Amino acid sequence: MSYIFGAMIALSFLYAVISGNLSQLSSGIPEAATSAVELLISISGMLCMWSGFMRIAKDCGLIDKLARLFAPILKRLYPDVAPESDAFRYISMNISANLLGLGNAATPLGLSAMRELRRINDSDTASDSMVTFVVMNTASIQLIPTTVAALRKSYGSQQPFDILLCVWMTSVTALAVGLISSRIITIFSGRRAWKR
Amino acid sequence: MEAIIPVIVASLCVYGLIKRVNIFESFVEGVKEGFETVRFIAPTMIALLVAVGTLRASGALDFIAELITPLADKIGFPPELVPMGLLRPVSGSGATAILTGIYEDCGPDSFVGRCASVVAGSTETTFYAVTMYYGAAGIKKIRHTLVSALLADLTAIAVSVVIVGLIFGP
Repeated sequence: MSYIFGAMIALSFLYAVISGNLSQLSSGIPEAATSAVELLISISGMLCMWSGFMRIAKDCGLIDKLARLFAPILKRLYPDVAPESDAFRYISMNISANLLGLGNAATPLGLSAMRELRRINDSDTASDSMVTFVVMNTASIQLIPTTVAALRKSYGSQQPFDILLCVWMTSVTALAVGLISSRIITIFSGRRAWKR
Repeated sequence: MEAIIPVIVASLCVYGLIKRVNIFESFVEGVKEGFETVRFIAPTMIALLVAVGTLRASGALDFIAELITPLADKIGFPPELVPMGLLRPVSGSGATAILTGIYEDCGPDSFVGRCASVVAGSTETTFYAVTMYYGAAGIKKIRHTLVSALLADLTAIAVSVVIVGLIFGP
């Protein structure tokens, strides 16, 4: 991270010197800091509001409801995890919490799921289910992309949520590509989950 | 589409009341968590927004975009999205900083603005998630996880351009 940060600053300085933009740069740096804080304040309202409503969803037991709803799909994705095991419960609850945008709730559930998966398959090499699970967590599957909407609104978007359909279609496609590619690689490398 | 947010919010509250959940208390608890999130992301966000702001003010960002444009044009890909795609899997706050830069230059309701929003909304900070989850389970050999995860990210970027083009027109 330090390298990225340092490179960005150094590159800017070098370019400004070469192109004679130094005066714009010297006023631009403090302006960037000011607008960063303004931005954070302006998005925090919407973020807090959504965390509030999603917390209501959680307290209504919607995470468990969603988890039950997804069980049939997840059974196919995790053939070596028994549906009544703790690992399966953590996996489905993690996915449901992610879907509701409850990052704070999803992460600890996901970490528990990984530990349970490790117990099923005790080695320092990732099992097929672990790969599937981590790939699912690196693709954002979120019903309401609140942060993006808050950012769009603070930059004067007319309809901050008009991208909703695009976001859903894109995340589903990306997730499918991630999972299918993972399955293909597994088959080609000759290790099928159910044979182990 | 414009009814979706009020409908979600109202039905959540009604459902909570039927289920006899103390919805006010829950909401307040959630807001607390939301504030925590903002507090948690603020320092990195400010640092990276300063770095991106510096790049923009010096004119270096425009210069990089000019270098990429002919290449991106050949495959019909908006060049403004390239830095976003490169940074997204590595740093969430960094990608947000780029995203706000795009909003400032092109507007959030422009084609590029919408594409960048879709990319930001449909991807995660891949390297962070991989490190955290495997770290917690003590896994050293992650096999093809990163390949598949990055393939998904790449798909998201390519597909966002296609889908936004289909729904909103280029």
